[in-house]
Amino acid sequence: MNEETAVVALSGVSKRFRGGTVALQGIDLEVRPREFVSLIGPSGCGKSTLLRVIGDLVPPTEGAVTVNGKPAGRARRDRDYGIVFQQAVLYDWRTVAKNIALPLEMLGWDRRRRKERVDEMLQLVELTGFADHHPWQLSGGMQQRVSIARALSFEPALLLMDEPFGALDEMTRERLNVELLRIWAETGSTVVFVTHSIPEAVFLSTRVVVMSARPGRIAQVIDVDLPQPRTNEVREEPRFFELVTEVREALARGGAEQATAQLIAEGEL
Amino acid sequence: MAELEHVAPSELVHDVRRSSRVAGVSAAFRALTFLAVLAFLWGLWELWHWIGTRFKLTWPFPVNDVTMPHLHRIVEALFQPAQANGPWLLHVLFHASLFTAKEAALGFVLGAVGGFAIAVVLSQSRFLERGIIPYVVASQTIPLLAIAPMVVVGLGSKGIHDWLAVAVLAAYLTFFPVTINALRGLQSADPRAVELLRSYAAGRWRILWKLQAPSSLPYLFSAFRIAAPLSIVGAIISEPSASIQGGLGGAIVNFNQYYSIEPQELWATNVISALLGIAFFLAVVAAERVIVRRAPENVA
Repeated sequence: MNEETAVVALSGVSKRFRGGTVALQGIDLEVRPREFVSLIGPSGCGKSTLLRVIGDLVPPTEGAVTVNGKPAGRARRDRDYGIVFQQAVLYDWRTVAKNIALPLEMLGWDRRRRKERVDEMLQLVELTGFADHHPWQLSGGMQQRVSIARALSFEPALLLMDEPFGALDEMTRERLNVELLRIWAETGSTVVFVTHSIPEAVFLSTRVVVMSARPGRIAQVIDVDLPQPRTNEVREEPRFFELVTEVREALARGGAEQATAQLIAEGEL
Repeated sequence: MAELEHVAPSELVHDVRRSSRVAGVSAAFRALTFLAVLAFLWGLWELWHWIGTRFKLTWPFPVNDVTMPHLHRIVEALFQPAQANGPWLLHVLFHASLFTAKEAALGFVLGAVGGFAIAVVLSQSRFLERGIIPYVVASQTIPLLAIAPMVVVGLGSKGIHDWLAVAVLAAYLTFFPVTINALRGLQSADPRAVELLRSYAAGRWRILWKLQAPSSLPYLFSAFRIAAPLSIVGAIISEPSASIQGGLGGAIVNFNQYYSIEPQELWATNVISALLGIAFFLAVVAAERVIVRRAPENVA
């Protein structure tokens, strides 16, 4: 893997917030085209911050961030990525169709072209017929699908997702997981996905990046070699459980290392 | 996949369309409530009038036909000539209302636009907000009566009509709630929604028009509900300063002079002024219904 092919390249990225909290320290990571990379870690490990650093929504204190080979700021201004948050963040004064069309309006697409793309997107996320509904008339899962459609509408090469299914019930979450994989396969995009669910990370990803907390560092990177395309049956395979265990142990080790580091810092060891 | 979530539109909980029968019933219920409250207040007035005259109350004020004319006398006064051989008082007051409504409407629009513009400017920086808000507040501690002559004379010297000066004075009163609420509304935008727009490379103006302005609408309409009757008050108070006879303010000054002889005429004028204020308020409510499409929990 070399610089040219990486969709996201982070080297030596640190983030210290005003007030002194070190959210990220010495992060090196490369995400190649068509990869599905999950960031997993305990609460407060800086995984959401890392996602925002990639999206140039939070500036790093140190280190270099490139997206599609460009500095992150340039990439944001070129609209190289779409983002999905834990909440759908839909504009309730806009209909479903107009919410999906929001980034297209920003790109200056004309009305006809917007409508065509919105119709395609509604089909992709299986919400045909809901174009003229307002967000509050939809369930949480449907709202999140609208938000995914919005992020994909302008065909960004990179999709950043910050616990997109975290607020949904388990059944809806598993269904949307399968749907997301289908969309990922159909659109050929690259995904960086933040989650704190181990099975979700294993089920979705080609690679799982395990982070440890305070300061947020990469503890381990685990390749997920489950076959593609994945269906819900994958969740019952022995290999799936092995990987879940591997991630869980990596998380635990990250926690132990962190506790040890803290003890050393406090002069106990 | 996703079949469970494919609910037919009509089954959705928050579907806003209600059957017209339900709407009709609720309208009838509203009208009934209004009439019941009106009857109750009417009864209260007449009861106090009766108690006051029967027991010769002097506290908190002496009750007689001058301080509290019978309500039916006030209504009757509307259908009698205000001057010998003149048109009905109602006719006179109707035309006065139209004149005052013209001033107030323009004042409302000026105040709303100006108030919103000030809020937009202030929303752009904490420094501006902190520095300028005290003066916005201070502006409302100066009585309208104190600035009215300056505005009337000042604009008059530029050859601007008196009624336009009155509109400007009404705007002076209405811009305040609009600025305060609009500022809060512009700042109410969801921070994640701001991040979303930034991810689309939106600048300050895009964020303002695509997000902050629509977010502020429920706040803005709360302000308009306050500002609409205020614009009438502002116009009425300012008319005498501009020596305008033809509006409700002029009528109030006029009937004040005859209060001890014919109190019902002043009361009738007050009733008409109140009705005009209510009409303005309802116009705002109607506009809000059409314009503001927000989730039920976001409608002020």
